[in-house]
Amino acid sequence: MARTGILIETENNGVKDTSLGVLTAAAGQEIYALVLDTDPSAVKDKLAEYGADKIIGIKIGSGSPDLAAHALAAAIKEYDLTALLGTASTEGKDLFARLAALMDQPLVSDCVAVTLDDKIVKKSHFSGKTIANLKVNGSLFLCTIRPNVIEPIAAPANGEILEFTAGVEDPGLVKILEIKKGDGGKIDLTEAPVIVTGGRAIKAAENYKMLEECAAKIGAAVGASRAAVDAGYAPHSMQVGQTGKTVSPKLYIACGVSGAVQHFAGMKTSKVIVAINEDKDAPIFTKCDYGIVGDIFEVIPALTEKL
Amino acid sequence: MKICVCLKHVPDTAASIKLAGDTGFEDSEIKFVSNPYDEYGVEEAVSLVEKEGGEVVIVTVGKAGAVTTIRGAMAMGAHRAILVKTDSQFLDSSLTAQALKAAMEQDGLPDMIFTGKGSVDTESFQTQYRLAQSLGMPVVNEVNSLTVDNGKAVVEKEVGGGEKQVMEMSLPCVVGATKGLNEPRYPKFPDIMKAKKKKIQEIDLADLGVDASAGRVVIEKLETVPERSGAKMLQGSVDDQVTELVKILTEDEKVL
Repeated sequence: MARTGILIETENNGVKDTSLGVLTAAAGQEIYALVLDTDPSAVKDKLAEYGADKIIGIKIGSGSPDLAAHALAAAIKEYDLTALLGTASTEGKDLFARLAALMDQPLVSDCVAVTLDDKIVKKSHFSGKTIANLKVNGSLFLCTIRPNVIEPIAAPANGEILEFTAGVEDPGLVKILEIKKGDGGKIDLTEAPVIVTGGRAIKAAENYKMLEECAAKIGAAVGASRAAVDAGYAPHSMQVGQTGKTVSPKLYIACGVSGAVQHFAGMKTSKVIVAINEDKDAPIFTKCDYGIVGDIFEVIPALTEKL
Repeated sequence: MKICVCLKHVPDTAASIKLAGDTGFEDSEIKFVSNPYDEYGVEEAVSLVEKEGGEVVIVTVGKAGAVTTIRGAMAMGAHRAILVKTDSQFLDSSLTAQALKAAMEQDGLPDMIFTGKGSVDTESFQTQYRLAQSLGMPVVNEVNSLTVDNGKAVVEKEVGGGEKQVMEMSLPCVVGATKGLNEPRYPKFPDIMKAKKKKIQEIDLADLGVDASAGRVVIEKLETVPERSGAKMLQGSVDDQVTELVKILTEDEKVL
């Protein structure tokens, strides 16, 4: 049993569901949950329920990504951790890459499976066309896990809170000038358990409202295809696929998306894919699980009503 | 100003990957292209140099065939290139960063380095960080907006949920480019012809003191992922179809 650190992501003083899956990935190890800039006592119950033996609160304060990496490195040394796992979110991928570079240790980003005892991970290569089994040979095992691929399983543990002061300074290389808040309350695409995506057939930016109404009923995030983004119907931050975001929700509903290879590159590891398209010969129907041939402006409102 | 752009030669996303042995793939018959994210870096470097003067040097670590991808970047306006030759598509990220650093040091360190936010073949998302760390330079990845002024780079990146961060770095620095930064240009015929005469310096990886077998992340096996075999198409009226869909998603698949 090795001492394994898990970097916990929080939101409004609560643990993100994606982090619970990462705790489950380390089941059987002695788990140290690392919480950045959040009161550990606010998340103690949840983390203990999902297997955290110890909980370490780390104060960063500044939001500087390099400072966070230095603080994590200090915690790894202080508690003699042999592994650190996290979520492959935008922030998680960035922070782990900084940490791996800083400590000169190997890292595998965006894993879909982890075997900690053997130091073996599985991850996508070639936009999901192949899965690589990788052996990681370092004195520290670092990896981030693709959101939603590991179903969280409760495994009650002590969740003892440890006091920790990192005592590190920001190297001052990257200065944050401004943080522009998003619309607020929107679920992050890469972490959403369900995604409803609108393609070119959505025809206008205001028609995304129809998808948002559907998404709101099932706690889903709304995405867009490249064609819809390039036509100006949606911002790039909503784009799913190559040159956009890679997502892996439990349920992906593609509405009026033709199904280009580049779109599949960003969503093919979704558990269940549903397509709704007027064109019965659309390529999307050849590689999804369930299909409805129909006008999205009729089918989506009818679906929203039934949900 | 001297700008280096790290460019990777990768299989086209539309290519089907046929495995060869346990850890390799057939690369002789598939189309290779420039890593799509790197093209935003090439475009940004070329337009900066068009404004401020200087040169754009492409630095590639890859197989000999990468020359075609390098010529493409030269047609976009890069001035010359360094190709560090390896035998494998899968070089450990730490070793790739070491090779990039050694090649740049030999050539003279640049004022800025561009990379893509990640490569679409191995999807490791870390080489730019290791390169920056080893050169003591600041790095920001997934940059979709950039202004360079007075020895400083101000960059913007999206961090999820629509939130954006604006950050400042002093030059020299490393920028990982993504969509939104610019629209990469399509080279015109005369530019393609001109690119054929530009200089590509070739160096063997071993001559930079990098041991290709010293990687710490080792591929044990590559497996193909079975494609879905076509959808179950729902039938009947719109009402029938959505009723059945909701039933399937809640009761059979249990994803709602």
